[in-house]
Amino acid sequence: MKALLALLATLYFATPAAAQTVAITGGTVVIGDGADPVPGGTVVVRDGRIVAAGANVAVPAGAQIVDATGQWVTPGIVGGFTRLGLVEVGAVSSTNDSSAADSDFSAGLDVAPAINPLSAAIATNRTGGVTRAVVAPETANTIFGGQGAVIDLGADMDAVMRPRAFQFVELGERGAARAGGSRSASHASFRNALDQALIYARNPAAYGGQSSDSLLNRVDAAALVPVVQGRIPLVVHVEQARDILSVIALRTDYPRLNIILVGVSEGWTVAPQIAAAGIPVIASALNDLPAQFEQLAATQSNIGRMRDAGVQVAIGMIDDNDAHQIRYSTQYAGNLVALNNVPGATGLSWGEAFAAISSWPAEIMGLGNEIGSLRPGRRADIVIWDGDPLELSSNVDVMLIDGVQQPLTSRQTRLRDRYLSIDEQQLPQAFEW
Amino acid sequence: MKKPAFLLAATLALFGCATTTSGQSTDSASAARARTAATAFDPDPFPSTYRRYPGSPTVIQGATIYDGEGGQIDNGMVYFADGEIQAIGETLDVPDGATIVDGTGLWVTPGIIDIHSHLGNYPSPSVAAHQDGNEATGPNTANVWTEHSVWPQDPGFSRALANGGVTTLNILPGSANLFGGRSVTLRNVPSRTMQGMKFPGAPYGLKMACGENPKRVYGSRNQTPRSRMANIAVARQAWIDAQRYQHQWENYRENGGTRPARNLRNETLAGVMNGDILVHNHCYRADEMANMIDMAEEFGYSIASFQHAIEAYKIPDLLRENGICAAMWADWWGFKMEAYDTVFENVPMVHNAGACAIVHSDDDNQIQRLNQEAAKALADGRRAGIEISDAEAWQWLSLNPARALGIADQTGSLSAGKRADVVLWNGDPFSVYSRPQMVWIDGALLYDMNNPALRPISDFELGQPGEGSVR
Repeated sequence: MKALLALLATLYFATPAAAQTVAITGGTVVIGDGADPVPGGTVVVRDGRIVAAGANVAVPAGAQIVDATGQWVTPGIVGGFTRLGLVEVGAVSSTNDSSAADSDFSAGLDVAPAINPLSAAIATNRTGGVTRAVVAPETANTIFGGQGAVIDLGADMDAVMRPRAFQFVELGERGAARAGGSRSASHASFRNALDQALIYARNPAAYGGQSSDSLLNRVDAAALVPVVQGRIPLVVHVEQARDILSVIALRTDYPRLNIILVGVSEGWTVAPQIAAAGIPVIASALNDLPAQFEQLAATQSNIGRMRDAGVQVAIGMIDDNDAHQIRYSTQYAGNLVALNNVPGATGLSWGEAFAAISSWPAEIMGLGNEIGSLRPGRRADIVIWDGDPLELSSNVDVMLIDGVQQPLTSRQTRLRDRYLSIDEQQLPQAFEW
Repeated sequence: MKKPAFLLAATLALFGCATTTSGQSTDSASAARARTAATAFDPDPFPSTYRRYPGSPTVIQGATIYDGEGGQIDNGMVYFADGEIQAIGETLDVPDGATIVDGTGLWVTPGIIDIHSHLGNYPSPSVAAHQDGNEATGPNTANVWTEHSVWPQDPGFSRALANGGVTTLNILPGSANLFGGRSVTLRNVPSRTMQGMKFPGAPYGLKMACGENPKRVYGSRNQTPRSRMANIAVARQAWIDAQRYQHQWENYRENGGTRPARNLRNETLAGVMNGDILVHNHCYRADEMANMIDMAEEFGYSIASFQHAIEAYKIPDLLRENGICAAMWADWWGFKMEAYDTVFENVPMVHNAGACAIVHSDDDNQIQRLNQEAAKALADGRRAGIEISDAEAWQWLSLNPARALGIADQTGSLSAGKRADVVLWNGDPFSVYSRPQMVWIDGALLYDMNNPALRPISDFELGQPGEGSVR
């Protein structure tokens, strides 16, 4: 047993791939751009970036060869919407940095210093093939959660790839509750905040953010300036059709808003309007229950139908074990493939389903040139799997982030190994490590 | 993940509804008298009215069959009629007039049994008015029966049927209390009443809880229990009180005299000690499960199952020796302190040690994919060197939960004479690419992927956006 595990942990990449050319050959290669898998493909990596990937890729002279015959080679999974790295134990508040109910600040909050690269959640999700994640704060006492980040899951202290990557706001049922009890109130709060940010932008020194009638302090106003100016995306959580259209309508008065919708259970019912507005969606894949009144039309066909209507869409995990189980992404994507066999339902093709958890979320976050696919020039975030990565029986054999091989152990694997054979101990388990 | 709904529920004032006196028929009145005769009171005052729906004699042929008891038949046949499995084998004689279902390339399994569901008592939509799973007003509410919270129109039931192949499910009270109340086992058929779903003859369960939840709920109110030691102390005192109650009734039944006053709390606990009611014990940590086992021994009752059992992998020997099933998630972790030590091989590690492993959901979404949860656990176990066949693993989804629910003589495997609870999958049910194609309950076809008319829509969803949108 121990021998098997040790074998799996063998470094395929004997030296850091950073300064060397490596060719991964013989595997089924998934580019991640929506195309079908390529059997017997090759992936060439140099200096931590993808040089080439696909069917007819030449192996450069002198390249170190990694034989992936019988395995699948894919880009790493990109968590489209997560709280990864902000939470160790959900119900232990000292380890939960996802929201701040007693803070004086809201939009100005920044998750970057709160990300814990050594969190068990990061190591555990790494074992599930996740290499990058969009990390959002949760809201607490206002509609604004603050500024989210894009991170990598590498086993080092340098997790934050892009800090202050977006602002997060709630404008559905939860937004109404946060704003005082109605959607009228949440939209009033939102409009006031953006108007104040514009005032702040014109003359920060003169901003009256300390006065009681501005309702927005300087820190929060400053954080909303790039949002109202369209320089960073505004990620809006809505589920219901009316809320989706109300958010789209905000662009009449705030034309530069760079909106990304998240959740969006009823998106399929207004998919043409979303597509016409050119607003991308990071949707929950399998929500099919009227969990709240804002989700009455929820169906597993939501993503497929939006995609068919021309909406730019990806899979996210909002409020669905979003701090711990981004490793479900592959299972969720696989379920959307399965849906194609149900008459009347709409799923995704295999290639699309994989893209929905790799290049599509990367592109929605404006990072498609950096991560999410094995197209030339992208960061070498590569996962070698022992089978079809969307299949439940498959596991990760090797992972690279920025071309650097990553450990695939976690607290979880250590506990497993300690207790695999409890009958043979000469000493208590505490001596087994 | 369930929200801490009990906090909301406790603050709601409920309006009393107009009471209606149903005209009880002479038949049911005499039935109640008959039930009363042996025990001095009616032990079944809310009897099942479930009747199987009509089905035609059916033969599925050419399928890969997991019989639910660990056996696999390739290219096999299943024949069911009159609500029961008639025969299963490689070749069967096809009776005249039987409906033939071509199962070539498809899989047949027993219907999935979820031993831990809150469908009906925490239904969708999850609004405050629907939070009926925790009577969080005292640590011992063994008097409540969760069947009285079950809303049969919960849309989750039909999702569990159509997407999950779930044919039987156990609805448990929540874990706010040390004694949460009685659970109820249901057939997963659409019905106007809870009684119309109630599994005939299934024993009641008692939901117990250890660990963080009870001590948090009551500790936060400066009430007992606010520690794990008080969890045990309060529970032991309840058992002691129930023993006295039990003796009073035993004395009355044997010797007559003054009829003891009935007490619903003690009635349930006495039912546990009599062996009539099965204990389903919410417990995460290994050390706490050991404490619960000792407490059960002290008061002479058995624990049918530990629910969640995050650390079951640390004590599979204890579970095996005490004949206790562990009902587990494949991989939930990290949501609270007592769920920090999850291993994704928990289910196969328990099974591999010879103990009874069950995959449960406790969730209205994962109940739609319990086959996938089992598949993940199975794969992770194999990765760690634990070889369990697919057919053997199906026991986690049907026979083992049936055993822990006391209904294994009626369902849980494709054995002749058992209820014809059957799922035909459109592929390997341990593959992410497979879905239920047809689902029979007692031999009645209640879901057919290819027949839009056989997709139930609850009253709540009728006339709403998305009605009938396949889901």
